[in-house]
Amino acid sequence: MYKATVIIKLKKGVLNPEGRTIQRALNFLGFNNVKEVQTYKMIDIIMEGENEEKVKEEVEEMCKKLLANPVIHDYEIKVEKIE
Amino acid sequence: MKIAVTKFLGTNCDLDVCHAVKLAGGEPELVFFTQENLDSYKGAVIPGGFSYGDYLRAGAISARTPIIKGLKKMVEEGKPVLGICNGAQIGLEAGFSKGTLTNNLNAKFICKWVYIRVENNKTPFTQYYKKGEVLKIPIAHAEGRFYADDETLDYMYKNNMIVFKYCDETGEVTEEANPNGSIDNIAGVCNENQNCVLLMPHPERASEKILGSDDGLKMFKGMIDYAKRI
Repeated sequence: MYKATVIIKLKKGVLNPEGRTIQRALNFLGFNNVKEVQTYKMIDIIMEGENEEKVKEEVEEMCKKLLANPVIHDYEIKVEKIE
Repeated sequence: MKIAVTKFLGTNCDLDVCHAVKLAGGEPELVFFTQENLDSYKGAVIPGGFSYGDYLRAGAISARTPIIKGLKKMVEEGKPVLGICNGAQIGLEAGFSKGTLTNNLNAKFICKWVYIRVENNKTPFTQYYKKGEVLKIPIAHAEGRFYADDETLDYMYKNNMIVFKYCDETGEVTEEANPNGSIDNIAGVCNENQNCVLLMPHPERASEKILGSDDGLKMFKGMIDYAKRI
């Protein structure tokens, strides 16, 4: 079995209102040194597969078809073998 | 004149849309998302709501259900297809036009009356409006900020794919009149063929005077009359 972890983040230049709101709240709390906050979406997928490379290819396909929106998102995929 | 009104798990504006379609002289029929073949319908409306709880991204799950195949065929055949609010998010996730709708700039759900200006009156839905006409129509969304990169936006302007813009009461497109941070105040778009319009405001909630405005009714009238001719 494999665990694939997909991290979906906004492309550079796309505004992140959630991150900006969190940053403002941190500033309100006195953390005035906080200049930027980014939030990501992380998805763990437990799946069967032949090897790490094949699993990664398949998850890449999942990102293109559903998990990420190519207009605004970049994504990273990490794969590890699990028991 | 049968018009398909799509129903996903979490769609909640379907009956309002059916009412507006009836007012405009059409015959609405609710169609569940599992149905793939929509050949017997002359047009379709994808109503708003919170399909699949907006999980992943608003509209993302709905855009991968069987009915999308039928809707896509309708769009390709030139039949009128209207996506409202969550329906617009679904339509863009399904690739019926370009760009995307994402979280409002103020990170809040916004529910209020706004004014929109007709930028393109060559679509079936906007044929009874004048270019530049100002409509009073409500919005209700958290993910309605239209975004597209510069190249895409350029392409959309060149192909008359911008249909509505948020404006003030006098029709001026200003930053103050932009409720959600949409790029260029864009409130509604269409495909290259102009037969599929996707907008965030709710025309069905402005289809009778008793609701506060009937500015949206002409969208459904335009749709029905166009559908009669094809």
